[in-house]
Amino acid sequence: MHKVYLVIQREYLARVKKKSFLVATLLTPLIFPAIMAVFVWLAAVEEKGNQSLRVIELVDETGLFFMESSEQYAFSSSVKNLEEAKALVNKGERYGALYLPKMELSAPKGIQFYGLENPSTSLIGYLEVALKRKIEDQRLYSKGIDPKVLKQIRTEVKVQSLTLGESGEEKITDANVNYALGFLTGILIYVFIFIYGNQIMQGVIEEKSTRIVEILVSSLRPFQLMMGKIVGIGAVGLTQFLIWVLLVSTLSTLVMGVLGMQMPQQQAMEMANPEIMAATPDSGELGAILQVIGGIDFVSLVVAFVFYFLGGYLLYGALFAAVGAAVDAPSDAQQFMFPITIPLLIGYMGLFVFVLQDPSSSTSFWLSIIPLTSPIAMMGRISYGVPFWELALSLGLLVLGFLGTTWLAAKIYRIGILMHGTKPSYKTIWKWVKSSN
Amino acid sequence: MLEIRQLNKAYGSHRALTDLDLVVPEGGIFGLLGPNGAGKTTLIRIINQIIEQDSGEVILDGQHLTSEAIRKIGYLPEERGLYKKMAVWDQLIYFSRIKGLTALEAKQRVTYWLEKFEISSWKNKKIEDLSKGMAQKIQFIATVIHSPRVLILDEPFSGFDPVNAALLKNEILDLKKAGTTILLSTHRMESVELLCDQVAMIHKSKKILDGSIREIKSRFRPLEIQASLNKLSQELPAIWKIEVSEEGRVDLLLPLNGQSPNQLLHELMTYGEVIAFKERFPSMEEIFIQQVNASAHA
Repeated sequence: MHKVYLVIQREYLARVKKKSFLVATLLTPLIFPAIMAVFVWLAAVEEKGNQSLRVIELVDETGLFFMESSEQYAFSSSVKNLEEAKALVNKGERYGALYLPKMELSAPKGIQFYGLENPSTSLIGYLEVALKRKIEDQRLYSKGIDPKVLKQIRTEVKVQSLTLGESGEEKITDANVNYALGFLTGILIYVFIFIYGNQIMQGVIEEKSTRIVEILVSSLRPFQLMMGKIVGIGAVGLTQFLIWVLLVSTLSTLVMGVLGMQMPQQQAMEMANPEIMAATPDSGELGAILQVIGGIDFVSLVVAFVFYFLGGYLLYGALFAAVGAAVDAPSDAQQFMFPITIPLLIGYMGLFVFVLQDPSSSTSFWLSIIPLTSPIAMMGRISYGVPFWELALSLGLLVLGFLGTTWLAAKIYRIGILMHGTKPSYKTIWKWVKSSN
Repeated sequence: MLEIRQLNKAYGSHRALTDLDLVVPEGGIFGLLGPNGAGKTTLIRIINQIIEQDSGEVILDGQHLTSEAIRKIGYLPEERGLYKKMAVWDQLIYFSRIKGLTALEAKQRVTYWLEKFEISSWKNKKIEDLSKGMAQKIQFIATVIHSPRVLILDEPFSGFDPVNAALLKNEILDLKKAGTTILLSTHRMESVELLCDQVAMIHKSKKILDGSIREIKSRFRPLEIQASLNKLSQELPAIWKIEVSEEGRVDLLLPLNGQSPNQLLHELMTYGEVIAFKERFPSMEEIFIQQVNASAHA
């Protein structure tokens, strides 16, 4: 047993001591904020570019519409008919022309927009909403309701969603925050499995191609060697994750502290007392998000992540080790990567297509139960809340799953590491699995 | 010391070892000869417990092989490698610990060997930064670091430059003097004649010959005489092969053809002055080829 520990120790130290480990560990947490910063910057640039007012010629044959100009769009009515308006657009004096023919207000038809380029969906959406409201206003007016009264009646509504805990406590949730968390943790598991799985494979190939494995296997059993490598590299992954958790929580505590100081007195007080917050949902955008984040059980999220990372890593790691043992060089590994890549990709695609869209659908359920996809899919569901029995079933099957793949991989590994020269086929590998000694 | 009894191993329908018996006596150098694919590596892997035999026994010091036996065996595989990114010191410590040395023992031994080869200054260098010859020294140290009683060397001289090969040879002889039993496997038979005390020849999974080199060579009777003559007086018989002829001196190869050496010498003297007369022993390679042909015809 102590020899396995020696292998684990070597695999761990050989990687953690490398400069690239330090660099990757410290820089990766900065990549996500950096990407977000780039998006924000791009959006800002975009907005700036659009700030030039776009003038739209309004050709209103009904004579009922008056369109208010907004920050982006202004409306003019300088010409009488559609042909002249089109001419203005063609000359470049107008961004586009909105044509409102004579129509029944109860069933408006034939509204058209002319432009030199394909209008953005946001413009069309904006026009549709504005016209809809205008038409409704007109119809209400014709039923005898004063537009002023109407304006007074209009109210802004926001729905705050809360989940009920078993012990009756209420938590404010936000689908967007849950989405982001599921997205982030799911992808992280996917990337971790791939990166560290590949390291296992490269390591096995190195030992095999240099024949180090012959010296090692004369001293300890192949299974011990394989498990030592898998566990050692897994420990590297956990170390990395732990450092990230520490970094992120320290950084966010700092950021929260700074934000807290800058917040108006009242809001800060509300922040400090969640009960007041719950009673006054209208406590500002930032406060709401912070409150939602505060409501998330990060400890159980991290615990779940560690479990699913370990389970998924062990399950796929064994397969990566088997592939490494079967081939002589990394370039030969491609043909055997299929059985590993496909289920991982299904988990990854499933996360976006099903799980994050509807975490409680039956497809999402099965994706998060089947061991090959569950490490990724379950992370997408977990921040939304998952019944305990599903979690237990999923983890139980995951444990069975990695025991199964480890058993399978050990059989391939044991024979594969001593085979050189001819590239094995799936058939030969199956023979290795079946052979008894 | 090391005894192999009725060892069999097959890979599917391919037989790698067939009923192999071998006795490697203590404290000598034992050569395992045979062409590539004869079964040498399979035998070595079984002794090293890398693979398991189908049947038969391997007995070391009167006991069946156990995981305890690993400490007694040092193994240098045919194709060698070390962890390229690992420092010399870490690497040697790792291999010693894997072989079962304690942390303290490992440190002492590694220090001893690095000093012995005068390479202590390399200890923090990574293998990838060393030359091939330097790496080979490290590899050798890794093989003998735990002072094995049995040293198994698979094609030890392949890939070594002459300087390192000589160094390796001296180390092997030193270890032999210190009482280590050495099993040396090679397909280049000429390289072992001077080094080995005993040999066994393996061909197509079977042992076809074994014994001490002297005994084997005398078992294969000399068929030819090497001789040198001066003052050639007349034409030589056509069946005598002239190997070198210069300045009145002729080197000859004479088949015995059923004659005794004395009869042949007598005849030779009539052609001139005999300055050398010696039976020519067949080389191990010739004996091997002869044996292979004999077993093919049998």
